[in-house]
Amino acid sequence: MIDKVTPHLSQNESLIFERSSPGKKAYQLPELDVPAVDAAEALGAGNVRAEIEGFPEVSEVEAIRHFTRLSTWNYAIDYGMYPLGSCTMKYNPRINELVARIEGLAWAHPYQPEALAQGAMEIMARVEAALAEITGMDAVTLQPAAGAHGELTGILLIRALLEKRGNPRKKILIPDSAHGTNPATAAIAGYAVENIKSSETGVLDVAALERLVTDDVAALMVTNPNTLGVFEENIAQAAEILHKKGAMLYMDGANMNALVGIARPGDFGVDVMHLNLHKTFSTPHGGGGPGAGPVAVKKVLEPFLPTPRLRRAGKKWAFDYKRKHTIGRVKAFYGNFGVLVRALAYILAHGGPGLRNATVDAVMNAVYIRKQLEPYFDLPYSQANMHEVVFSDDRQAKLGVRTGDIAKRLIDYGFHPYTVSFPLIVHGALMIEPTETEGKHEIDQFIAAMISIAKEVETDPQLVKTAPHGTRTSRVDEVTAARKPILRWKPA
Amino acid sequence: MRYLPKSDSERRQMLDACGVSSAEELFAHLPEAVRIQKPLALAPGISEYEIVQYFRDRAAENANGYASFLGAGVYNHYRPVLVDTVVSRGEFLTSYTPYQAEISQGTLTTIFEFQTMICQLTGMDVANASMYDGSTAVPEAAMMAVRATGKGRVLVARSVHPEYREVLRTYAKHQGMPVEEFGYVQETGAIDLEDLERKMDGLTASVIVQSPNFFGIVDQVKAAAEIAHKNGALLVVIFTEAVSWGLVEPPAEADIVAGELQSFAISPSYGGPYAGIIATKEKYLRQVPGRLVGQSLDSRGKRAFCLTLATREQHIRREKATSNICTNQALIALMATVFMTVYGKEGLRELALQNLSKAHYLAGRVKPRFSGPFFNEFVARVEGKSPDEWNKALLKKKIIGGLPLGRFYPELADSVLLCATEMTKGSDMDLLAEVAK
Repeated sequence: MIDKVTPHLSQNESLIFERSSPGKKAYQLPELDVPAVDAAEALGAGNVRAEIEGFPEVSEVEAIRHFTRLSTWNYAIDYGMYPLGSCTMKYNPRINELVARIEGLAWAHPYQPEALAQGAMEIMARVEAALAEITGMDAVTLQPAAGAHGELTGILLIRALLEKRGNPRKKILIPDSAHGTNPATAAIAGYAVENIKSSETGVLDVAALERLVTDDVAALMVTNPNTLGVFEENIAQAAEILHKKGAMLYMDGANMNALVGIARPGDFGVDVMHLNLHKTFSTPHGGGGPGAGPVAVKKVLEPFLPTPRLRRAGKKWAFDYKRKHTIGRVKAFYGNFGVLVRALAYILAHGGPGLRNATVDAVMNAVYIRKQLEPYFDLPYSQANMHEVVFSDDRQAKLGVRTGDIAKRLIDYGFHPYTVSFPLIVHGALMIEPTETEGKHEIDQFIAAMISIAKEVETDPQLVKTAPHGTRTSRVDEVTAARKPILRWKPA
Repeated sequence: MRYLPKSDSERRQMLDACGVSSAEELFAHLPEAVRIQKPLALAPGISEYEIVQYFRDRAAENANGYASFLGAGVYNHYRPVLVDTVVSRGEFLTSYTPYQAEISQGTLTTIFEFQTMICQLTGMDVANASMYDGSTAVPEAAMMAVRATGKGRVLVARSVHPEYREVLRTYAKHQGMPVEEFGYVQETGAIDLEDLERKMDGLTASVIVQSPNFFGIVDQVKAAAEIAHKNGALLVVIFTEAVSWGLVEPPAEADIVAGELQSFAISPSYGGPYAGIIATKEKYLRQVPGRLVGQSLDSRGKRAFCLTLATREQHIRREKATSNICTNQALIALMATVFMTVYGKEGLRELALQNLSKAHYLAGRVKPRFSGPFFNEFVARVEGKSPDEWNKALLKKKIIGGLPLGRFYPELADSVLLCATEMTKGSDMDLLAEVAK
């Protein structure tokens, strides 16, 4: 029984280029208050282009209908639960959007004089301080644009410190449960990657770590809680092993939303970590960005942070560009300021106690889902979970139905799928993260949908394997898309 | 708390179902040693009204009501109302990366349109779904060239945005990508082709130039391409002022075009978030970093779009991926897509012409230092005082003057970079010139 959604009419729409016809306009510019210049004269005739072939020509009404119609083809948090494990799809408060658009913030130019940017700098300083407090670290850079960008920054910091100590070393250790960005990042920072197999219980294998940490190892990159949603209980011991050999502990903060107000990475031996403001701190994913990936470090890494650094000069904020040991810039200007504003609005709204309550609710929701779904789906790792829970499709696979099929069937029930086939250490993973912003009713509907699908797998597997059935677009042929790539529109 | 949707009685029911008597029990498995020792030192939560007030107060401490002549990679262009109308829709704002094609056709279709428009503007064959910003697109382009040529060296023009070059150096340092720079001609402000020729060698993977360059000059892309290609290197063309595409001939000779779309309805926002792009020739498709959206059919035979060629990417290839980039800047790219739709074919040209006209009016009042053709910004030498003194005098008239160049180019310490867009009033330009005297 599907009770969350009802099919309704959905508008068709062409590509904007197919809607175009010559002479249509959606704009009007003001009259020029200076003499018009002849382009060929000013730039040289060879530098002036012909008209932009195929570029849109539509009216304002057609433009708004076009994008509005397309928008309705998306699922969104505003429609309902979005249980993508590891992605932390929580509610995006609208106040964040409003404050980021306040004119004095949205129209601040990064090169306007510091004396006329004190408000923006104060906001950045406040974000740095809040993130340092939440993570238990000593200093924060806001420059990285996203999580993977933060990872790169963090690994470059480690490299710079080790280089200064005389040897940058050669390898980064990465558990087999890690996000793909971790090894990709290590490679860009000039490190070889060595995988550590997780223990039988899916956590960091301390004995293996002890063996693998040699003088060649620069750092261990670990996600905590890990991608099974399990807290790495030996994390402090791992830090000790690394530190004893002069290596560092990097924490991927993708799952920090399970720890805020409960435990601080700085207190359990982490040297450097990134945060995803678009996960833990509620800034919208926007269909895949923008994010922000601040990096928090211990004192020993502070001299290497990207320039410029905020610094207090008397009663004013100033930027410090002259830092001898800096790794340099990782991005133009100071970071994704507009995202920082949104994250700070979120931190202010919750406050210290509220942030902790959010963590508690997030964990409670995930544990609740686990308890309700355990009788229906195989749970390969049975330790206590935190903000997410990972099942396997073992039981359903025996009937020929895989995690990807169950995910697609979930769409028919009015939900976005969970994360499919990740982490890689779970065969046929169903990775479910409800976040704290789902109410009991929504979660109960999700559970009912999952149970109903588990039953369908037994009674009518074909129904599940060909899902979704209720969407305007059915399964897309991704193989042909990759084999014969069509990556742009061309006139017929 | 208003973002937590459960009542206490619902929590009670859920905790019961979890088999615990209190929420604290959910964390019982955490070793005592890792737990937080005292509550976070952050004030309790505040109301919506107080949050608005806090940010309004901070905004009031920034520049307000000033005319500005700053450009240098971030431009003051009008944002059509439709842009925020569209990106404020929850379906775009609160959705994830469109992995699930059946319920993400909205985002996928707009990205496909975005990729098409970027190809149309730049004259390239393929464009990706966007990068973090222009500055990070530069090292990504350089890394592409390394993969495509099997060589390592990068030759970058000093007239490429100084902060972009800094980012390139940070990325390049540990990848066997030595970066060297070549100069500009003191008279014209365009790239120094002789210097390029001199520094060029057979080990160079890419030559990177910007056009319009950091000084606003429409640069000699063709000549740079010839030198690069003769030596088996790729030519990468960077741009920071996307509005110039409305008027300036696209670099057909380039192998990769990378740059920044901030000019397309992305508010300056004190430096970000923006959106970068990478566009290239068909033959380098497999080397492109980041997301790509492709056209296909669904099982009912209808046109549909999906993410494609993911085997280049980190979640599949891990340490062998083309880049560690995970997301794109979808919502920001959507702003640009709406902007391009609103202005369209004629509008973008008219907008570019207005920019050109305003900047040339200004150049009639304040003499450009370089003789090369410029689009909407140019370098001016400040006579009789320092750039800082001039800017101080301008601030008194509620004008933020040009960017003093000494911090990036010691040899231009007596100069500023001035920008005029369609938003710059003729009367403010007159006032600026008046104060310059």
